[in-house]
Amino acid sequence: MMRVKMWKPTGLALAAIAATAAIAVAVPSAMAQRDPAYAAARAAGQIGEQPDGYLGFASTPTPAIRALVQDLNIKRKAAYTERAQATGSTVEQFAFTSGCNLIANTKPGEKYQAPDGRWLTRDGSPPVRNASCP
Amino acid sequence: MNIPKTGARRRTIAGHGLAVLVGATVLSGCVQIETPDKPIEINLNINIRQEVVYRLDGDAKKLIEQNSEIF
Repeated sequence: MMRVKMWKPTGLALAAIAATAAIAVAVPSAMAQRDPAYAAARAAGQIGEQPDGYLGFASTPTPAIRALVQDLNIKRKAAYTERAQATGSTVEQFAFTSGCNLIANTKPGEKYQAPDGRWLTRDGSPPVRNASCP
Repeated sequence: MNIPKTGARRRTIAGHGLAVLVGATVLSGCVQIETPDKPIEINLNINIRQEVVYRLDGDAKKLIEQNSEIF
C-alpha cells in the first residue's frame, strides 16, 4: 500500500514534467524569432525600417539580402492585408501604422528611414518619424 | 451711317479681343501660382491618416508582437 501511495504522486509529477516540456517545445515555434541572416543584416545596418511599414536597403544589398528582404516584405504585406480587412482599413494605412511602431522599436545602431527619405542610425534619442505617428 | 457703326463694332470686337487676351494672361498667371499648392494636399492626406493611425495602433502593435519573425 505504501508503495502505491508513493508512486501515484511521482506519476503525476512525471506527467506534469512531460506537459511542461511539450509547452516549452511548442512556445518557441509559435513565437519564432528572426532568421539569423535577417538579424545580422539588420544589426549591420545594411537594411532598416521604412516609414511605410516595409524593410528597405540602407546601402546597396547583396543578392542574398535583396531576396531575404523581398521575402519578408511579401510576408509583411500578407499580414497587413489580413489585419486591414479585419479592421476596415486599407493595407497602406495598416502598413503605415505598423511602420510607426517598427521605427519606434528599432534598437540603437539599427537603421531607419526618416520621412524625408534619409537613412538614419537609431541612437538613444527618439527616432525621426512622420508627424502622424502616435 | 453704316460705316461708322461697323467702325464702332470693330472697335468693340478689338476691345473684346483685348479683354480675352488680358483674361488669358491673368489665367495663365493664376495657373503658375497654383502649382506650388501640391505640398498642402500632402499635408491634408497626413491629417486624415492621423485619426486612422491612432485607431489602428493597438492592432498594429499586436500584429508585430505575434509575428516577431517577420518584423
